[in-house]
Amino acid sequence: MSIRLDHVVKEYPGGVTALRDVTVEVPDGDQVAVVGPSGSGKTTMLTILGTLERPTSGSVHVADQDVGAASDQRLAGLRAHQIGFVFQSFHLQEAMTAVDNVATGMLYTGAPLRRRREAARAALERVGLGHRLEFRPRQLSGGERQRVAIARAFAKRPRIILADEPTGNLDTKSGGEVIDLLVELGTDGATLMLITHDPGIAGRFGRQLHMRDGEIVADERT
Amino acid sequence: MTTASPTLPLPSSGPPAPPLERARLPPRELVGVALQGLRTRKLRAALSALGIAIGIGAMVAVVGVSASAQANLLAEIDALGTNLLTVSPGQNFLGQNEVLPDTSVPMIGHMHDVLSDVAIYQLSQNVYRTPFVPSEQTGGIGVDAAGDNLPQVVGTTLASGHFLDSVSARFPEAVLGAQAASILQISQVGGHLMVYLGNRWFTVVGILKPVVLDSSLDSTVFISLPVAERLFQTQPNPSEIYVRANQNDVIGVSNLLAPTADPENSSGVDVTRPSDALAARAAAKGQFTTLLLGLGAVALLVGAIGIANIMVISVLERRGEIGLRRALGATRGHITAQFLAESALLAAIGGVAGLALGAGATEIYAVSRHEPFVVPTYALIAAPAAGFVIGALAGLYPAMKAARLSPTEALRA
Repeated sequence: MSIRLDHVVKEYPGGVTALRDVTVEVPDGDQVAVVGPSGSGKTTMLTILGTLERPTSGSVHVADQDVGAASDQRLAGLRAHQIGFVFQSFHLQEAMTAVDNVATGMLYTGAPLRRRREAARAALERVGLGHRLEFRPRQLSGGERQRVAIARAFAKRPRIILADEPTGNLDTKSGGEVIDLLVELGTDGATLMLITHDPGIAGRFGRQLHMRDGEIVADERT
Repeated sequence: MTTASPTLPLPSSGPPAPPLERARLPPRELVGVALQGLRTRKLRAALSALGIAIGIGAMVAVVGVSASAQANLLAEIDALGTNLLTVSPGQNFLGQNEVLPDTSVPMIGHMHDVLSDVAIYQLSQNVYRTPFVPSEQTGGIGVDAAGDNLPQVVGTTLASGHFLDSVSARFPEAVLGAQAASILQISQVGGHLMVYLGNRWFTVVGILKPVVLDSSLDSTVFISLPVAERLFQTQPNPSEIYVRANQNDVIGVSNLLAPTADPENSSGVDVTRPSDALAARAAAKGQFTTLLLGLGAVALLVGAIGIANIMVISVLERRGEIGLRRALGATRGHITAQFLAESALLAAIGGVAGLALGAGATEIYAVSRHEPFVVPTYALIAAPAAGFVIGALAGLYPAMKAARLSPTEALRA
């Protein structure tokens, strides 16, 4: 089981409860869309799954690790090796070429630069950007930037990919291409969890979690 | 559609978790990350390194200028010779002045490794420009009888005229020390220039250049020993003996001088090496001017605050990058190390630039003063090292601030 949340509650200072009582399991290799209105706790759940935040209560297991018991170092190791993130705003570094942006995605695995660059080139070829290796983000279109970010997330071959509205900043056509790419890369075995507002996109996933007010109100499998 | 079940059967004890790979950032990668951070903000990096460069440059210049001046003085001393020794009567334990026996001069002259020697004999006489000068206005000028090789032994030459010679041994002739000549307002020898010495007229035959190794000789007027003995019935006890020793055994000669000068009472003999005193003075002169060093330190402090400032701003601006790095697996420690390394590298580069600035300033000073160009070797390491340490200290707070940022907040920025 790659993801397991059990009675997870997340409260922020000031009395805001982002997650009320979330219990969910995602087996290895599953592709899950998370849908729900703004403020329903989708992003909070994703950051907890991504071990960037700890829950207020409840237990979290990611890639067979008990997140609640692990130290900052262990969680960083988990993120470095097992979790890939894709963000709505890409978070690419402007000063770096596409290859170096992707290679930086593996920086904290401790792999030497030559190996990281090799893997980065291969990943960029895989997302169809073999002809853009030395381009900087501002020389790329929005869809191409998100594909660089996807290459960065996949290059280290993580067990889990977490994508937070990856098409939010893209037009419908390039958004569709990005989803195609994610779904296709996911068939390699990585668990994919994707947040989206778009019912059309959600419909392409075999499992959909509907959230409202910090709770999972429906767990649909199609 | 199925609603999420409230509880799932979670095994309390499953198979042991697989060993977790650690997040790593090898030192070489850390340097790469830090350099990358500096490269993306070149102008800002250059401006904040400038503060450190000016501070370190000021300090290197102060150290370099004083080292150059010191090297110059030591070179002068070397040219005059470090093998000059002086023998003079000391004091006994009651504080009374001892007397060098009259045999001390020939005894020293026979010593092995003594190249040359000359004795002077202090006379209780005064010298005036004319007999009409009130007798108490001596100008502080002493009168000594001296051997005719005094200039060669103490390392000086004549500014004008000649030194005492065989004629001077029979006639009342005098040679003036440099300062004595200026007090007596005599700048050149010529005609029948006379001074009034011990109720007699003496012809001035020469004026000495300043004696660097023993400036007390400058305010003295010299006459020959035979004339002094004949006219003033002087006692033949030397007041000072100057000895040039073999350069290879100055210490050995120095140790033997006292027992040779007075075998019965060697503790009553003082032996000194004038170049030592001058070298010590040169070293003291070479000490950095505290005030200037203080100014350099203030410039450094300002530079360090500038770097701290820039790094704080940098951390705020780069929240997104920090969040991303945390998401990519950086520990808090890695983030701290990244910003510390950036700040330390920045200041170390400033230190190297400061070294160049300070060395340049020293070079200009040394060339304009015709002095040797010297920057102490320790400065080559100390300047970048000081920059590195200052940068690390200045970066400490911003780096910790960066590490404490919540990654999710940082990613939202």
